[in-house]
Amino acid sequence: MTARSVRGVAAAAMAGALALAMAACSTPDGGRGGGAAGSKDSAVVGIAYEPETLSPLLGYGKDGNSKIFDGLLTHDAAMKLKPALAAALPTVSEDGKTYTFPLRKGVKFSDGKPFTADDVVFTYETILDEKTNNASKAELDAVEKVAKKDDHTVVFRLKYPYAPFAERTVLPIAPRHIAGGQDVNNGSFTTKPVGTGPYILTNWSKGEKLTFKANPNYWGGAPKVKNFTMAIIKDDDIRATRLRSGDLDGAILPPNLAATFASGQGKQTLTAKTFDYRNVTLPSANPVTGDKAVRQALDVAVDREAMVKGILNGAGKPAYGPVPTDSPWFAKGTERPHDLKKAEQILDAAGWRKGDDGVRVKDGQRASFTLWYLSGDKLRQEHALAFASDVKKAGIEAKVESGTWEAIEPNMKKDAVLAGGGSPADPDFDQYLLLHSSLAGDGFNNMSRYANKTVDEQLVEARRTDDPAARKAAYDTVQKQLVDDPAYTFLTHIDHLYVIGDRWKNLTTQVEPHDHGLASGPWWNVEDWQPAT
Amino acid sequence: MSALTSLPWGPMARMTGRRVLLAVPVLLAVTLGVFAIAAASPFDPVRAYAGTAGLTASQENLDQLRHNLGVDQPLLARWWHWLTGALTGDLGDSATLRAPVSQVIGERIGWSALLCALAFVIAIAVGTLLGVLAARRRGGLLDRAVTSVAYALEAAPPFWLGLLAVWLFALKLGVLPAGGLTDTGSEVATAGQIARHVVLPALVLAVSQLPWFVLYVRQGVGDALAEDPVRGARARGLRERTVLLQHALRSGLLPVLTLIGSRVPELITGALLVETVFSWPGIAAATVEAATSVDFPLLAALTVLATAAVLAGNLLSDLLYGLADPRVAFDG
Repeated sequence: MTARSVRGVAAAAMAGALALAMAACSTPDGGRGGGAAGSKDSAVVGIAYEPETLSPLLGYGKDGNSKIFDGLLTHDAAMKLKPALAAALPTVSEDGKTYTFPLRKGVKFSDGKPFTADDVVFTYETILDEKTNNASKAELDAVEKVAKKDDHTVVFRLKYPYAPFAERTVLPIAPRHIAGGQDVNNGSFTTKPVGTGPYILTNWSKGEKLTFKANPNYWGGAPKVKNFTMAIIKDDDIRATRLRSGDLDGAILPPNLAATFASGQGKQTLTAKTFDYRNVTLPSANPVTGDKAVRQALDVAVDREAMVKGILNGAGKPAYGPVPTDSPWFAKGTERPHDLKKAEQILDAAGWRKGDDGVRVKDGQRASFTLWYLSGDKLRQEHALAFASDVKKAGIEAKVESGTWEAIEPNMKKDAVLAGGGSPADPDFDQYLLLHSSLAGDGFNNMSRYANKTVDEQLVEARRTDDPAARKAAYDTVQKQLVDDPAYTFLTHIDHLYVIGDRWKNLTTQVEPHDHGLASGPWWNVEDWQPAT
Repeated sequence: MSALTSLPWGPMARMTGRRVLLAVPVLLAVTLGVFAIAAASPFDPVRAYAGTAGLTASQENLDQLRHNLGVDQPLLARWWHWLTGALTGDLGDSATLRAPVSQVIGERIGWSALLCALAFVIAIAVGTLLGVLAARRRGGLLDRAVTSVAYALEAAPPFWLGLLAVWLFALKLGVLPAGGLTDTGSEVATAGQIARHVVLPALVLAVSQLPWFVLYVRQGVGDALAEDPVRGARARGLRERTVLLQHALRSGLLPVLTLIGSRVPELITGALLVETVFSWPGIAAATVEAATSVDFPLLAALTVLATAAVLAGNLLSDLLYGLADPRVAFDG
């Protein structure tokens, strides 16, 4: 009996295996790309970073372009604010502490329920609630109270006058009737969002792709691109291969890979200007990097032009501070050209004398410090190595080491770090976090632990006043201070390159931040894309 | 029907019962171990949770997150909290995926099970077939070819095989998709698409498991061919086919039954690598994420699942062994 039953089981297993194998082999040919890539009203693009969540309450889309949602305001191609869910730009009170937003009427969420002031109040109050796990809530630090005046008017009361506040209101508005009834941190809204935006999420296959369909009732008009897919492909080479094979219509690519797509093959390359900087932190607690003379010398010893050419294939600009040289906020005349002689003069004058091994010494202290970069980040590695080789010529030794953030964090107080960042919407966003002494060593803000009284005063002055001329003057002063007393050694601003099919006309890019996930690229405004005949 | 009723249900049930009782302390120890290892790891759950936003967050904000995620509590308290929750059916929430653990696992386990089952069945079937063919003429051309390829494959890591398969079938030949569950541009998951996408990962996983079955079957059947019952059968003038399949294969398959149980852990680790290479939306991707971002509840639930699979695999092979060989009693 046992023999028979075992044989039976074995036979059944074999038959099952064969049947499955046959089924796997004899599948109908669906055609590569499922026929979506290439058709008129659909677009498939490849991006490198996946959002952790799709809930605005947890930080999704806080800088706009969230596809699924709208903010009260939004940015146009030139990064100017314009009304979205608000009916007009806000009116600001005399003391700069009260912002009143009239709301657009007749807007509906994609489930058909109307959008009202309650949703705005709900969104902001939930984000500011300490039980909400939103890592970006400090960006709304200025908000004291959000109140509904009537169904179509919302009033923000600030703790202190904060000129860039309106820039923060691009953050997406969540529906109270859905998100309000569930756990904000783990509820289904975090993966199945419902918003007022131009697109409706149809599927999110984590680690693979996000698919959207056009919202036919969008208040701004139904988008021409009806089906939109964002494939998440972390590896640059695989992304390029899939773009070449026709699986993707467009993708973000590093400069060397973008160059392999010559124009004229039905593809165009778009270069986005950015605020995305790479710099070296100069911790003030380190006896070498804490010395003002060393910081000044490092600032002119690095060859930024060579980095742009060698590391970025020309797709970038030398950086002298967080503000890029082509921004209207840049203080003209603060550029510091590469000047090794000047670096040596500064160090000689400050008493740093060259030792036998070529490294300078002052009072028994060798001019040597450790420079960390994030392991696996090739761009940062190349910047770190170029920095080390440049400053070595001036007699300063930077010992380059790699590690994860967990390994780097305990050493940030004493060791230099190859850091990156950049948010274009307002000069306050980068400069206050990087330079204000009250944030020295606070999380990853002001990693140099820089303290400069004039800079502190000007930073506060610039965020309190609404007058553009006064703000410009304050930021000019800050940037001039950084020439004399550098807080970091800024190296480059990095352009982001996108290769995309030419089936659409007049594609644009915004000025992009450091984080360039699904909100950036030519598809920042996919809802406005027009087919090229 | 008579075969079913005549099975030794009683002893089999008792053995299963004993194993289930034994599994309780094992699972407790394993979950505690996972919490301890995760707590000792250099990864910071708060950093992992905050992602890039953490780089501009204020310290106060990060501290609040640490408190909200419950990772500021001591190790034992966290484990106890998770355990009592799990016993009442609440597996907790996955911080990294912003969703309840039960939902995360529920969405993914089917895809992993499909992949593993397919690969396992292919490995057993093809392995048995090749093993028998090789054993029939030991030292013959087929035997030498199959054996040397099996040894080579045994040494090849699954992720390497996976990359090779992607390169050959997806990039060079362009006949099969390189990864994912469905085509990039497609919105719905149709059976045809899934079938096309599962071929490469299932084959790679099967090939990585195959050598063990080939070599075991070859050895078992080869040895059995030299044993008395087979010689007796041959002497009685039975057909070679009958001798090979009815006599030699039956006794030669016994070690393979043990192998089925002991290969389950290997299958799971293999699946981990294969799912990663092919961006297959199964448990593996979640496991990697849970481990690197120190997502305690998700990590613990997945470990329990893997441990349970291993224990069940062992139980299954012991039961099958007892059934196939009457000399072995159900007393393990």
